[in-house]
Amino acid sequence: MSAQHKSAPREQFTGQVGFILSAIGSAVGLGNIWRFPGVAYENGGGAFLVPYLIALLTAGIPILFLDYAIGHRFRGGAPQAFRRIKGWLETLGWFQVMICIVIAVYYAAVVAWAASFFVYSFGLDWGDDPATFFIGEHLQLADAGGADPWLTFDFVAAVLIPLALVWLVVVAVLAAGVVKGVQRANIVFIPLLLVSFGALVVRALFLDGAGDGLNALFTPQWDALADPEVWIAAYGQIFFSLSVAFGIMITYASYRRRRSNMTGPGLVVAFSNSGFEMLAGLGVFSALGFLALEQGVALEELNLTGVTLAFITFPAIVSEMPAGALFGALFFGSLVMAGFTSLVSILQVVSAALQEKFALSRTAAVLWLGGVLGVVSVVGFSTTTGLFLLDTVDHWVNNMGIVASAILMCVFVVWVYRRAPELRYHLNAVSTTQLGAWWYACVGVIIPVMLTIMLVQTVRVRISEPYEGYDETYLLYAGWGTVALLVVGSLAFWAFRWRGPGLYRAWPPYPPVEDPAVRKEASR
Amino acid sequence: MSTTAIIMMAVALIVVWGGLILAIVALRSRPERTEFPPGGEDDHREDMGIIEHDT
Repeated sequence: MSAQHKSAPREQFTGQVGFILSAIGSAVGLGNIWRFPGVAYENGGGAFLVPYLIALLTAGIPILFLDYAIGHRFRGGAPQAFRRIKGWLETLGWFQVMICIVIAVYYAAVVAWAASFFVYSFGLDWGDDPATFFIGEHLQLADAGGADPWLTFDFVAAVLIPLALVWLVVVAVLAAGVVKGVQRANIVFIPLLLVSFGALVVRALFLDGAGDGLNALFTPQWDALADPEVWIAAYGQIFFSLSVAFGIMITYASYRRRRSNMTGPGLVVAFSNSGFEMLAGLGVFSALGFLALEQGVALEELNLTGVTLAFITFPAIVSEMPAGALFGALFFGSLVMAGFTSLVSILQVVSAALQEKFALSRTAAVLWLGGVLGVVSVVGFSTTTGLFLLDTVDHWVNNMGIVASAILMCVFVVWVYRRAPELRYHLNAVSTTQLGAWWYACVGVIIPVMLTIMLVQTVRVRISEPYEGYDETYLLYAGWGTVALLVVGSLAFWAFRWRGPGLYRAWPPYPPVEDPAVRKEASR
Repeated sequence: MSTTAIIMMAVALIVVWGGLILAIVALRSRPERTEFPPGGEDDHREDMGIIEHDT
């Protein structure tokens, strides 16, 4: 648009701490709290640690570095960065932006539920029957497949109002910019999250029955290591929990100074993410052990993962324990903070992409995305059928969208356009921790192979049996339709004229220049 | 808790949290490189458009 917008220098994190906290805020999300503990328990308990750590080292950290390298070297949100690798790869960037768009609209709803439950926990409003409270009173879930249709537009005020508030706050944070918005929110929330969740875990460890819960989580079933499913679960957990391959880490890395260490902070981020998962494992299974003891049921009969763990099982735990209200507030407050910082990072991807493609000012981009996505989010997810839509879209966009995005990224960047040596050279030129040639094996072979196996398996299962027993026509539109939306949306955005910055020269030049005359030119 | 469970828990926590501590210590001892290839100063020259003056 105007010259004034084009001339604004790229925003920058003020330093390493701000960047690390923001990246941790993005990586540590709801999945760390409600997904990891259950997945570890179901896939070999203590033995799961082996495939988990191998997956972290051979897939999680390498693909995190790939994202960092692309974002930092080509200095752009996903579409701009990929466009600078190869013009038409901008489509892959938009595919990642579309994933963020889709995730943001339902993720905001979960953050809003958690905020409501944060308030409910002060009065233990769910009473003796948290399941009925969550499904019946809070969400007022329709009887889809029975008396009600699969998609209604009956809005639930108790869901709608908090959801609208979440959008207002997140738009305000994004509009304040990378430093005063994103970085500041993370500098406040991440330490607070660690303290409140840490307090909750310590409390949970001293509950009666906590030992039984931890026994269940950590007792190793070594024969699980021979099961390929367990290995796939480990790669899936690492992959989903790090927030890689859908543009976030590319976008955040692009806001770092050119001369800044990338791999050192990357290791801190990756280990912080796993460290938080361990903390969640301790807290969740101690609490589950306590609930199993109180209710006299076996641990495996409880809901161990996902929305039901957080909004049905945890309220039941809170009701049973002394000073439960405080415990509940800590738990749901932690969920809100973990989810909110991730939501900010997801939407920053969209904001950066709009700013760069259409040469919009930050405010204009944020108002566009907040207005459009906020409305879609409220219309789709604050109705009596919001939970079905959320569940379906979440399954398809994660297991197909993100996985496909990562495979395409590895195939095109590493194999087709052969940029891996350049990206490795870039990371090594600016970073303290050097990457060896083993990184090529990870991003070129291990990651695409593991993820392709996962993708093929998911597609086969989804074709043969309907997800969660939902209506097949509904799944065709809500599930497969989501995948179609990702593709169509990315092509549609690509079709617009690129109005942002044009010619770009990556620094440091590759292959490295040795001729003194050329050196002088490059350093000018 | 059973002995094997305690051992596995200890191993898990030592490896993951130990890895985190090592990563932080390594980063603190050497936060940034001291030498870079020439160039790469963030003076935003290439972000800027050409300044046009009304005459």
